[in-house]
Amino acid sequence: MMETLIITALNGLSLGTLLFLISMGLTTIFGVMGVLNFAHGSLYMLGAYMCLQAMRLFHNFWLGLLVAPLAVGLLGMAIEVQFLRKIYDRHLTLQLLLTFAFLLILDDAVRILWGAGYHTVDPPRLLAGTLKVLGRPYPVYSLFILVLGPAVGLALWAFFYRTKVGMIVRAAAMDREMASSLGVNVPKLFTYVFFFGSWLAGLGGALAAPLRAIGPAMGEKIIIESFIVVVIGGLGSFPGAFIGAMIFGLFDAFGIHFVPRIHMAIPFILLAAVLLWRPRGLFGEEI
Amino acid sequence: MRVQGLLGILVLLALILLPSFLPIYFVLLFTEILIMGLFALSFNLLFGYTGLLSFGHAAFFGLGGYAAAFLIRDWGASMALAMLAGVIVAGAAAVLIGYLSVRLDEIYFAMLTLGFGMMFFTLVHQWREVTGGSDGITGFGSPTLKLFGFTFSLGHPVHYYYFALAVVAGSSYLLWRITRSPFGLLLLSLRENPERAAFLGVDVRRYRWFAFVIAGIFAGLAGSLFSPFDRMASPTMLHWTKSAEPVLMSILGGANLFLGPMVGAAIFFFLEHIITKFTTSWMIFLGAILVLLVIFFPEGILGTVVRRGHGKG
Repeated sequence: MMETLIITALNGLSLGTLLFLISMGLTTIFGVMGVLNFAHGSLYMLGAYMCLQAMRLFHNFWLGLLVAPLAVGLLGMAIEVQFLRKIYDRHLTLQLLLTFAFLLILDDAVRILWGAGYHTVDPPRLLAGTLKVLGRPYPVYSLFILVLGPAVGLALWAFFYRTKVGMIVRAAAMDREMASSLGVNVPKLFTYVFFFGSWLAGLGGALAAPLRAIGPAMGEKIIIESFIVVVIGGLGSFPGAFIGAMIFGLFDAFGIHFVPRIHMAIPFILLAAVLLWRPRGLFGEEI
Repeated sequence: MRVQGLLGILVLLALILLPSFLPIYFVLLFTEILIMGLFALSFNLLFGYTGLLSFGHAAFFGLGGYAAAFLIRDWGASMALAMLAGVIVAGAAAVLIGYLSVRLDEIYFAMLTLGFGMMFFTLVHQWREVTGGSDGITGFGSPTLKLFGFTFSLGHPVHYYYFALAVVAGSSYLLWRITRSPFGLLLLSLRENPERAAFLGVDVRRYRWFAFVIAGIFAGLAGSLFSPFDRMASPTMLHWTKSAEPVLMSILGGANLFLGPMVGAAIFFFLEHIITKFTTSWMIFLGAILVLLVIFFPEGILGTVVRRGHGKG
């Protein structure tokens, strides 16, 4: 019984880790730019497909892990420069709708380029196979995600709280106008932030490639999951994204195990419960 | 407003004459436009008039659809009764969800309604014994209308079209009257400046709640028209992607005009009809059109036309 609980917790934390990476991108973009990016899940999906493509071309997972997030980041940057930038002064709904339009475009583009079927990517040889955890076989790759996630999280923390660029991003998130009057080139910063957020989505996708079936529906699912994560954590909050992702992962994993019938509803019950209890999320500023 | 009123009457006349000169395919297409247009109009009472972006509106559409489907399949109920059931079930759900959701606003309201909407989606998706799960409810006979002791069959697409046209036109008129009433103007003030309205003594939550319930009721009515038309009630009727459709339609047509969402629904289905003739991937085109629309015509198609018509363009 104890083993089952621990294995379930590990499953939850590894889902949480992936969600954390994706949600960090989403929450950074929202925190700095005030845009809730509907296309974020599609960028994640694109990261997985790019990784698949890199595997087909170079037969090297690590190269895919490097190239895929970069390509996705550049695409995000292009979307920001060419389209999103033109409507910052408009209503939030129009920005939401523009990113939703890119969700439609990217989802169909993926279907055209790679077909409607599902694909799989093998984990690299180094991380293939299983390890015994409490006497049960557990995939090495999931353990790798569990280690890598906190490492990336730590790197992000160091970037935001220990570097000058990170400080500028946080300043812009707090008060855009003030940062601008202090000499920060806000439009340029927005472009970089969008690159960074998209890069994180792509990284999440590339990392998820060996873990999940790659298909055109994967973006639609993850965007709702990461919306829930950032909203229960508190929109724009970095620690919120982490805690939110872990709570989501654990609830999801234990939900599948103990209450499979209502498991699908659990994230939404969680979302509604948190919002009604704390309207700005766990780490959001109270109103 | 006179332009819209005149336009509405002209369109209504054209719609009445339509089955006499268009093939049955277009009668079906227009039935769908009318029903989804009513769904979008109900959504826009919240979005365009009250300033609340609901992302769970499909829950009421779906609940109305399931209620009607149950009644027709199990009791052979008349359309009037099926629609009444749809309105009651959707309205009851809207009373509850609305009461909780209007505590929040902006993006948090959108997320909370998304959460509630998806709870209903998972309910009908998982409760297989009752709802048929992902297969939905199918295999019910053609809808009938029992009125004054007579029974009319609505099985023929043209008959159903006229029935839907009557219901949608009547509901649209009611909704239009609501937006023109003191209550409707109050909703506008909530969209424009909720804080100021609150200072003037308006109970903001209460009126948002009323708007939410009315929107839910008309969405339920649209749903109860849709499932007999489609001969099926399926969980996709409640999914969040279905909630996105009235958002798109409202923006396509123009959320600031009463008939904007209805025009948006027509544009939506005609685009789908034209584009799917050439390719199966019509979403990519819809996305591209949305991008252009958001950047160049944020008031929507009807909104832009009307503004140009007034010579202010």
